[in-house]
Amino acid sequence: MSDVVTMDDLTNKEIVSILDDAERLVPVAKGDVHLPLLEGKVLANMFFENSTRTRMSFEAAMKRLGGSVLNFTSVGTSVAKGETLFDTMQMVDGYADVAAIRHPQQGAAQYSADAVGIPILNAGDGAGNHPTQTMLDLFTIREAHGTLEGLNVVLVGDLRYGRTVHSLSHALVRFGATLTLVSPESLRMPEEIVSDLREHGADVTETVNLDAALPDADVIYMTRIQKERFPDDDEYSKVAGIYMLESSDMASAKNGMIVMHPLPRVSELHPSLDSTENARYFQQAFNGVPTRMALLCRCLGVKVPKKVK
Amino acid sequence: MSEMRRVTAICNGTVIDHIPAGHALQVIRMLRIDTNRSNPVSLVMNVPSDKLGRKDVLKIEDLELSQEELDRLALISPHASVAIIRNYGVAEKRVVELADELVNVASCTFSNCITQNSREPLPQKLRVVSREPMEVRCYYCGRGQDLDEIVENIL
Repeated sequence: MSDVVTMDDLTNKEIVSILDDAERLVPVAKGDVHLPLLEGKVLANMFFENSTRTRMSFEAAMKRLGGSVLNFTSVGTSVAKGETLFDTMQMVDGYADVAAIRHPQQGAAQYSADAVGIPILNAGDGAGNHPTQTMLDLFTIREAHGTLEGLNVVLVGDLRYGRTVHSLSHALVRFGATLTLVSPESLRMPEEIVSDLREHGADVTETVNLDAALPDADVIYMTRIQKERFPDDDEYSKVAGIYMLESSDMASAKNGMIVMHPLPRVSELHPSLDSTENARYFQQAFNGVPTRMALLCRCLGVKVPKKVK
Repeated sequence: MSEMRRVTAICNGTVIDHIPAGHALQVIRMLRIDTNRSNPVSLVMNVPSDKLGRKDVLKIEDLELSQEELDRLALISPHASVAIIRNYGVAEKRVVELADELVNVASCTFSNCITQNSREPLPQKLRVVSREPMEVRCYYCGRGQDLDEIVENIL
């Protein structure tokens, strides 16, 4: 199967091979090289939930490779009339060669993958998984550190509802990372994920203290406390703004430490951080394009040439 | 006094032995004996057992459990032994085996799972990821299932 629903759908070897493809595709992603590998192919961007970067970078990736995109939002479509996901996806199966799906309900991507024949890329399902984000996160980490092996990674913020950190933590431990999970008590990483990580032999520490974790970190991965996933405003306001980084915090960081964030940010990254060497979140957002190009090629069985020029 | 003498022998039906102590009522609910059937049922709870320390036993008259029902039973009582009784004798012993995947046995207990929409047509699927201790997750959303809650979600 060429679906990518969770990181379990890719072996370590496949991950590295996709990252290598993505690296070679960077000039194409920037528009410096014309390489219409996916000419005639159609991507359905199925976004049942809001998105800026994921949706646009999927679209940019497909168009830079000469393909075209059908954009779908649930507003103003038959979904608003009560159409099931199964029925909506049957239609997509006939209209497109591959689909990226984002949905507020967990499990929607696996459900879609079972419902249709075309490859499905999970672009975020509720608080579940976001593997294409993980691929661009791994790309960004490898770009900065030259390796994915044995890094000390600190994941910060909403680890309970944050799907990016769920997928990323699974992938990182497969490459021998040491993980520090920093969150308020109410937003700890779900138990089944922590138990999976430890089963993989990972060194995992859970803490509420970001300051203590910062000096040893190779990567700090900040996340937004997601207001939309809280049952009520009171619960949200108890933890909003609990973790913030600014440029002065970088004084205690290791040389080469990078700060990442899947974006959008609210208050957790002060704009003073943007101009530091540590800040990688905008580069990370760009990396979504070459990484998703490589993923689209894999799903559609198209080989990325060894030399791209 | 042997626990089997606590209730009378049945002529035809199913005896489920070695249910973990205190779980017989859950088994009755899981097998839908409480709502869908009118078979006489005898229930013995918390009797001594060499194997389990304490155990529950169920005798259901005039009902032979199907494989599908055994699959359900496996979720909360994987070590139960099942005997099919015909004319007061054990006609058949059936083994409860927990499959790796449970299709349309119970629905996911997570409120934000895609399968919560009852109009979605694909089957409910649960994956058994560990047997000791028992750990079951939804195939679609990946959430760990609370086994006490699953009893309420039997299909």
